[in-house]
Amino acid sequence: MKKLQILGTGCAKCEMLAKHTEEAAQALGLAYELTKVTDIAQITSFGVISTPALVVDGKVKVTGKVISAEAIKTLLSEC
Amino acid sequence: MAVMDWKSLWKWPAALLLWVAVYAYLGPFAGWLTYGALAMRRGSRLASAVEFFAFETPKVLLLLLLVVFGVGIVRSFFTPERTRRILAGRRESAGNVLAALLGTVTPFCSCSAVPLFIGFVTAGVPLGVTFSFLVSAPMVNEVAVVLLLGLFGWKVAAIYTGTGVAIAVASGWTIGRLRLEGHVEDWVFRTHAADAELPDERLAWPDRVAAGRQAVRDIVGKVWPYVVAGIAVGAAIHGYVPENFMASLMGKSAWWSVPAAVALGIPMYSNAAGIIPIVQALLDKGAALGTVLAFMMAVIGLSLPETVILRKVLKPTLIAAFIGVVGTGILAVGYLFNVLF
Repeated sequence: MKKLQILGTGCAKCEMLAKHTEEAAQALGLAYELTKVTDIAQITSFGVISTPALVVDGKVKVTGKVISAEAIKTLLSEC
Repeated sequence: MAVMDWKSLWKWPAALLLWVAVYAYLGPFAGWLTYGALAMRRGSRLASAVEFFAFETPKVLLLLLLVVFGVGIVRSFFTPERTRRILAGRRESAGNVLAALLGTVTPFCSCSAVPLFIGFVTAGVPLGVTFSFLVSAPMVNEVAVVLLLGLFGWKVAAIYTGTGVAIAVASGWTIGRLRLEGHVEDWVFRTHAADAELPDERLAWPDRVAAGRQAVRDIVGKVWPYVVAGIAVGAAIHGYVPENFMASLMGKSAWWSVPAAVALGIPMYSNAAGIIPIVQALLDKGAALGTVLAFMMAVIGLSLPETVILRKVLKPTLIAAFIGVVGTGILAVGYLFNVLF
C-alpha cells in the first residue's frame, strides 16, 4: 500500500497535482491511499515551503510545481 | 524523468534563428497589413491604432516566449527551499540585498506565501530579510520586465528592475529596524518547520529545457489574453486620445499625481500583462515617467489579495507597516524619476 499525500492549501495547482497523481497510481495499478494535507503547520513540518507538493510514503518527492501524470508514473515506479 | 533527450537539443538553436527572423519582420508586416492588405489611409486615427496593435502584439508575445523560456531554465536552479537554506542565519543588510536578488529568480506564487513565510522565519531568516524577499519576488517578475522591455525599451525596464530591488532591500531593512517580530502571529513560531530531506534537484540539461517549456505553457498560456486586451486598449488610446491629454492629470506639474497613483494602484489587482500596455499609452499622452512607474509598482508589487493571505501570519500592525514602508519607497521612486526626467 503506497501512501500518497498532496500538500497544498487548496489552490488550483494542488487539485491538478492530485488529479495527475491519481491517474498515475491507477495506470500503474497500485494499491494506494491518497490524502490531501491542507493544514499549514503540517505542510511545513515536511520541510516544504512551496506548494503544491507530493509526498510518497512520507518522503517529499516534488515541491512547488505540478508535474505530468507520466512523470509521476516514472517517479512511483522508481520507489 | 527526462521528458526529452540530449539528441533533440539541436532543435533549439534552429528555433532561436526562426524567432530572430520573425521578430525582424514584424515592423514591415504591420505596415503591410495596415496600409496594404487593409488599405487604410496613412495618418488616420484608426490606421495608427491598427498598426500599433499589429506591431506590438506579436512583438510582446514573441519576447514573452523567449524570456519566459529563459527564466524558466534559470529558475530550475533555484527553489524556495534552497533559497531558504542560503538565507538562514544571514545577518541583516547583506542578507537584505541577497534576499531581494534571490527574490527576482526564485519561483514564487502568492498562493504559497504563507508556508514560505513560516518556513523562512522558523529557519532563522530574520524578519526584515524575509520581507526583502517577499517584496522583490512579486514586484520584479519576468512578465513585468518583458512588457516594459517591449513597450518602453530597455532603459525603463532596467530602471524598474533596479529600483524594485532597491525598494525591496530598503523596506526589508526598515522593517528589521522597526523590531516588529512581536507582531507576527504567535503560532508561527510554535510551528515546527523541518529542514527535511528534499528531493535531489540535480537536474540534467534536458530536464531544465523541459522546465523552460513548462514555464512557457503555464505563464504565456495564462497571460496572453491579458496582453492582447491590454495592447488593444493601449492601441485605442494611441489612436484616439489627444496628445497631452494626460499632462494635467498625470504630468510632472501635478505634484499630487504620484501619491494618487500609488493609492489607486495598491487595491488594484491587475496582472502586469494587462496594465503595462495601457500605462505605456498614457505615458505617450503626457503622463510623467515617475508617476507611471509608481503606479505600476503599486499595482504589481503591493496587492490586496497577497496582504489578505499574509494576514494569517501577520498581525494588523505589521501588515500596516509593510504597506506603509513599501508604499513610501514607491512614492520616493515616483518623485525621484519625475525630478530626473
